[in-house]
Amino acid sequence: MAMLLEVSGVSVSFDGFRAINNLSINFAEPELRAIIGPNGAGKTTFMDIVTGKTKPDEGTVIWGERNISLLGMSESQIAMEGIGRKFQKPTVFEAQTVRQNLALALHNPRGPFAVLTHRRTAKNAARIEAIADEIGLTGSLTRTAGELSHGQKQWLEIGMLLAQEPRLLLVDEPAAGMTVEEREKTTDILRRAAKTRAVVVVEHDMEFVRRLGCKVTVLHEGSVLAEGSLDHVTSNQTVIDVYLGRAHA
Amino acid sequence: MRQGFLYQNPSVLWFLAALGLFTVSVVMLSEVTGVAVVSTSFVKTLGKTLCLCLVAIAMDVVWGYCGILSLGHFAFFGIGGYAIGMWLMYARTEMIVLGSLEGQVIPPTPQEVSDAIGNQIFGVVGSSEFPLIWAFADSLFLQLLMVVLVPGLLALVFGWLAFRSRVTGVYLSILTQAMTLALSLYLFQNDSGLRGNNGLSGLQNIPGFEATSQAAISVVFFVASAVALGAGYVFFAWVVSGKMGSVIKGIRDNEARVRFLGYHVESYKLFVFTITAVVSGLAGALYYPQAGIINPGEIAPIASIYLAVWVAIGGRGRLYGAVIGAAFVSLLSSWFTGGGAPDIPLGFYTIQWTDWWLVLLGVSFVAVTLFFPKGIGGLFDYLVRKP
Repeated sequence: MAMLLEVSGVSVSFDGFRAINNLSINFAEPELRAIIGPNGAGKTTFMDIVTGKTKPDEGTVIWGERNISLLGMSESQIAMEGIGRKFQKPTVFEAQTVRQNLALALHNPRGPFAVLTHRRTAKNAARIEAIADEIGLTGSLTRTAGELSHGQKQWLEIGMLLAQEPRLLLVDEPAAGMTVEEREKTTDILRRAAKTRAVVVVEHDMEFVRRLGCKVTVLHEGSVLAEGSLDHVTSNQTVIDVYLGRAHA
Repeated sequence: MRQGFLYQNPSVLWFLAALGLFTVSVVMLSEVTGVAVVSTSFVKTLGKTLCLCLVAIAMDVVWGYCGILSLGHFAFFGIGGYAIGMWLMYARTEMIVLGSLEGQVIPPTPQEVSDAIGNQIFGVVGSSEFPLIWAFADSLFLQLLMVVLVPGLLALVFGWLAFRSRVTGVYLSILTQAMTLALSLYLFQNDSGLRGNNGLSGLQNIPGFEATSQAAISVVFFVASAVALGAGYVFFAWVVSGKMGSVIKGIRDNEARVRFLGYHVESYKLFVFTITAVVSGLAGALYYPQAGIINPGEIAPIASIYLAVWVAIGGRGRLYGAVIGAAFVSLLSSWFTGGGAPDIPLGFYTIQWTDWWLVLLGVSFVAVTLFFPKGIGGLFDYLVRKP
């Protein structure tokens, strides 16, 4: 299995605080992976580095078959390379309709002049329908995104990521604030998405991670503490000490 | 496609119909037709107001739609005015100079003519040399090009520097204020080459149309302003509809999300900033021949703030809101400050509106922002029922 993303030896400090410390982590394609870890373990900073929001002090981030470095690329270039990111808080364009939100995310030319002269096509419309169906919002296409429930907004954002046709999907706490049924549906969406691409889920909720049924990476103080199946990592004594132990205390 | 666009934006047709009706009515009632219900000076006021409406919709696109609170768009408006003013002043002075030199035994050399024109224009600032920036002033075509190019290039360079460094929010507003202040202070200097605080004057006299009455000229400019406003309205309505509108509204509401979707946000901001600056320049080029005079005070920082106030009161995020705000507030402003509003004697104190208008405007601005964030344009939401 060829590696899609190779992060190696990455460190970054903010005002002397080492948020990421010599972190090395790889993702294959397709793959479903969960990243867990206590607060301040560097989960969000890791996503910031991969998506170009934060520049690391040292280390390399290598992407795809052509082995290109993502460091030094802008957020939009990285997104166009095929990395989609979902924020912790649902961020959709609340003033626009669900259809407009999805249309904005569709994999099409992104330059101002291409966008200015953009015309609606049947192909795009079909694509939007298919994604809306996938995330269960077919009946809500003409609704304003601001009217959606919290869970629906989360799905819409996931749908926007799917519309981007990324090869790697970084999903930050998708289940936060969801009901049990909503969580189940979210798990299904993510599992299906991971059949054809790499999906990396950062999550606090152990039950949710268990339901994903995938390989788990435990982050602690900015580096990888343990990796393997959920049962494997949860039986690891260090993991219990730094994370689970504290959570269960 | 055009049909589809108008079909999806019925408000554009309503606006064009209202503007057309207004324009025809004013022309019919002007002194040109002999009815003379609307005086020539009021036709000029209305024509100027239409230009202010045009710069207001540009402001609305950059602020209301794209979320960039530029407090410097009036600088582009002023530059447009200066650019056309240079030609108007040059061509008219040339005509006068040639007229006075006519009939001399020895025909004047081109150098003598040029010196005489320079003396006439720059005498007030103690100079007779033509500064470099007047190089194209003898050509209407090139000066019209400057109306578009100078604001466009300034906006492009300024915007590129600002957006590239990710300057946003209030910092960007301060930066744009600094830009317009710097420009205004520079132009106040006598050696800026644009006659310092005297500015350019006599712009209402159009070279080659000396025999035409001001009544006719005012109507022509009024109609031209109306056409420009209509065209600008359709153009901006087209830009903010469809996918482009989707992207720029997305930038307004959540810049980071747009960026992570793969859009190069800075390019879009630069695009919006620059096209609105160009339209502002065009609006200025139509405004100042009607005003007759332009001086550096016109582009003082406060002018750009007024622009934001108009758009806020009219209702940002909707083009007709900007038009209503600019027309309503600027006409009201000239009524209050022009002595139209009667003073209110309170016995112990008399409220004179020339002094108190600004207080009233400030209070209205605060009130609208707090209680009616949708502005006057928001009233239309009550008229149009949602399907």
